[in-house]
Amino acid sequence: MKRCNAQVDIGRRQFLRGTSVSAAGVAAATMARPAKAVPAAARVDYPSTKLANIADLEVNVPFDVAYPDGDAPGVLLKLGTPVEGGAGPDGDVVGFTTVCPHKGFPMSYSSERRTFNCPGHYSVFDAEKGGQQVWGQATQNLPQYMLRVEANGDIYAEGVDELLYGRLSNVL
Amino acid sequence: MAYKRHIDRLPIIPSDAQRHNVTCHFCIVGCGYHAYSWPANRQGGTAPSDNVFGVDLAEQQFAETEAWYSPSMYNIVKQNGQDHHLVIKPDPNCVVNSGLGSIRGARLAELSYSEVRSTQQQRLTDPQVWRYGQLQPTSWDDALDLVARVTTRIITDDGEDSLIVSAFDHGGAGGGYENTWGTGKLYFGAMKVRNIRIHNRPAYNSEVHGTRDMGVGELNNAYEDAELADTIMAVGTNALETQTNYFLNHWVPNLRGSSLGKKREMMPDEAHAPARIIIVDPRRTVTVNAAEMEAGPENVLHLAIKSGTDLALFNALFTHIADQGWIDRDFIDQSTLQESPDRPPLYPARGVADANPGHLTGFEAAIEGCRMSVDEAAEITGLDPADIVKAAEWIAMPKEDGTRRRTMIGYEKGLIWGNDNYRTNGALVNIALATGNIGRLGGGVVRLGGHQEGYVRPNEGHVGRPSAYVDQLLISGQGGVHHIWACDHYKTTLNAHRFKSVYKRRTDMVKDAMNSVPYGDRDGMVEAIVAAIRLGGLFAVDVDIVPTRIGEACHVILPAATSGEMNLTSMNGERRMRLTERYMDPPGQAMPDCLIAARLANHMERVLRDMGRDDYADQFQGFDWQTEEDAFTDGYHANAGGGEFVTYERLSAMGTNGFQEPAVGLDGDRIVGTTRLYTDGVFSTADGKARFMDAPWRGLQAPGKAEQRDAYAFLINNGRANHVWQSAYLDVQNDYVMDRWPFPYIEMHPDDMADLGVSEGDLVEIYNDAGSTQAMAYPTPTARRGETFMLFAYPTGVQGNVINPGTNELIIPNYKQTWADIRRLSAAPGSVSHVSFKSKEYVRD
Repeated sequence: MKRCNAQVDIGRRQFLRGTSVSAAGVAAATMARPAKAVPAAARVDYPSTKLANIADLEVNVPFDVAYPDGDAPGVLLKLGTPVEGGAGPDGDVVGFTTVCPHKGFPMSYSSERRTFNCPGHYSVFDAEKGGQQVWGQATQNLPQYMLRVEANGDIYAEGVDELLYGRLSNVL
Repeated sequence: MAYKRHIDRLPIIPSDAQRHNVTCHFCIVGCGYHAYSWPANRQGGTAPSDNVFGVDLAEQQFAETEAWYSPSMYNIVKQNGQDHHLVIKPDPNCVVNSGLGSIRGARLAELSYSEVRSTQQQRLTDPQVWRYGQLQPTSWDDALDLVARVTTRIITDDGEDSLIVSAFDHGGAGGGYENTWGTGKLYFGAMKVRNIRIHNRPAYNSEVHGTRDMGVGELNNAYEDAELADTIMAVGTNALETQTNYFLNHWVPNLRGSSLGKKREMMPDEAHAPARIIIVDPRRTVTVNAAEMEAGPENVLHLAIKSGTDLALFNALFTHIADQGWIDRDFIDQSTLQESPDRPPLYPARGVADANPGHLTGFEAAIEGCRMSVDEAAEITGLDPADIVKAAEWIAMPKEDGTRRRTMIGYEKGLIWGNDNYRTNGALVNIALATGNIGRLGGGVVRLGGHQEGYVRPNEGHVGRPSAYVDQLLISGQGGVHHIWACDHYKTTLNAHRFKSVYKRRTDMVKDAMNSVPYGDRDGMVEAIVAAIRLGGLFAVDVDIVPTRIGEACHVILPAATSGEMNLTSMNGERRMRLTERYMDPPGQAMPDCLIAARLANHMERVLRDMGRDDYADQFQGFDWQTEEDAFTDGYHANAGGGEFVTYERLSAMGTNGFQEPAVGLDGDRIVGTTRLYTDGVFSTADGKARFMDAPWRGLQAPGKAEQRDAYAFLINNGRANHVWQSAYLDVQNDYVMDRWPFPYIEMHPDDMADLGVSEGDLVEIYNDAGSTQAMAYPTPTARRGETFMLFAYPTGVQGNVINPGTNELIIPNYKQTWADIRRLSAAPGSVSHVSFKSKEYVRD
């Protein structure tokens, strides 16, 4: 029943802060078409996707991935020092989209500054501070992956904490 | 962790959604947006036929797509009492921003009042009065009756000079033509109030009297000119952060060279290259960084002058350009004053009067009066003499084919709130006049602006020049009643420490008096208030959209509507006028300012008639407006130059592009505007000739500045942050902004921090003879030792506390030249632990 297990994995949902958001997520999941009078932003069901194994990562070298699907490029980073929100045994593995949430330009990673930099309009995001926009035009901090690391070092992405550029649902 | 919304899906705009024209109500640039709205119980779909974009939203959209909006562009608001989805997204067809949204404007929806999504719950919903020791909600009639009775009593007893007014004079939110007319007709028509000040300065005056007196209106070019110039000279402006999409959409293409085709097409008979840029600013800003990235460092000249020495630099440039013969002699002969009147007897120490602190003259006399060698200027400004010469060459040396260089000069608060405002403004305009760069493609000498503009009022000549220094009147115990319209001096004035101390004491006297009388005893209440005023108290009325810091001292609070909750017109930095159409309801009982002014006038008329003062009451007639359009028709349509061509209906049809003021006629139903001013070489003086200004350097002009510089260790330069609009009056309730800036930052050189034992994020105290305040230390290796930069007007650390009261002759404040000492207050608090302190500069890899 491999298929069923996969379904369970796909159905793994994260309920995070934002009470109205979570409630609407439940409604969306249990009814084909929600009939609530006051719709609110709803969570989506994220796939649990293996992106890499810890052994694949070198400290401060971005590892190209895509999540939640092939049209959504991103990177995994092993920062070498633990950060808030970092995954893995050393608490230092993070993953981010590399598409700028302002106008959708692909960003580059500065290993010296450990920031993502957008050539479109000069926005800068801090990889060590949860993708906080250091400076720039985006009205979101950088969407970050929710990661789970297995005992064998396999790194799974299981959610994204902000809306990705260019899609009105993170999972299409 | 950085703030994240955890929103991973947004409602889709259905194909039949309503669409309203919106001009961003924040900065001068006025980017075009559209507000889409539809009932809360409906939504669009991903199929092309089910959404307003007509595209398949089940697919990833790519860079710069029109078919995406961020969570900050979405909300649920009331429309005619019913919940509606709202998306406010940038308009790709607006010529101002071409679909770009800044970090401020792209949050317009999120910054709207929403009961459903709990955004901007701070908004004022009801009139409030001081009752039983606190502010309590009440009806409009009750609140306006109290204001009218106390105000009429004081002005009939003591004259209209005893009514002090603080009021916006600009466009966008907290302003616009409707509202400047409403307040203007009340205070300058029904009354002749003289003791009035503007939101950001302690008097009622122009920020740019210098250029106006020379005959050069300050918004004289078009944004397109930044795409056409050979050289852009930017003075005291950090345009990427403060006129963001003007810089991104009109400067960058020229720096990059992508406007070359347009240059060749519009100006075919001359050589063209990508633009060079000269940036005059004591601080290295993100604007310098971006310019270097786009134009290459070799085409960017950052003149990091010593703070306050702009005038010396401009005079050296003017001198060098003239001496090299790079002037436009035909223009000077045809369009500028040919005579050179005698200097005033005490010049340059003083002008002929405080009202005229400069000396307006012809070109030859100005050159002699302003003459300054490159070496002399290098000594004063701290610049390399070769850089001054290079700047002169970039401004005026003919191009390789012998044609004149086209140079656009833009300036803003670094000059306006800087040393010797009047003469420094004049010295800069001298350069544009001498080189013929006004009224021509790729030219202009323009202020870049803060708010949008939206000024139409009855004649204000009675206010006088210099106008009253209103803060000093309040501090010295004058005035009995203070009406405040969308101003928060506790955050945005100079000498703020002293101002707040006195203001609290005077308004507390009235609160104590009000506490002693049953609220329902209206006659007794008015008598108690008046008695407290006689003892030095102050009765304060605050009209605003949100609770303000100065509002905490006030006795009556009146809730106003903002842009989009009312129809509102304004113009931007190239005089582009648009109508923002009402797309949502105001909160609670809030009303447009123009209608609040009208209802107050109605109540004052009634009270005056009750007092038997029919003649006076008659002055308060003409306020029977029921809508903001009534105020627009009474004001702009009937009074502004070209206003007769402008109606809501025509503006609505012209969308987010509108027209450029002044209107000069109609083409069918389309309003015909004016792309640039002075293309005919006729300037705004009685004889049509522009004036040069004889404007010699005289050091730090404002009282107390030189002494402060000598007494304290650090320059406390100050200004804006990209994330924040104005005094953060809405941002203070925006999690995204407050997450980034829980406290105002102060940029400091790391070695200065080390000397003071300060680490990144530590709270420091900034203190001097004017007062003290706090900020969060932000290590900035590009800062010069001893020179800091602090975020201005922020609620959690008011920079104005340490600005001394010194102004120029025309009561223009000198915020920028401030010096103070710094000491550590505490380690970075927990609310700062997640904050990034990395360089704000973009790097390629």
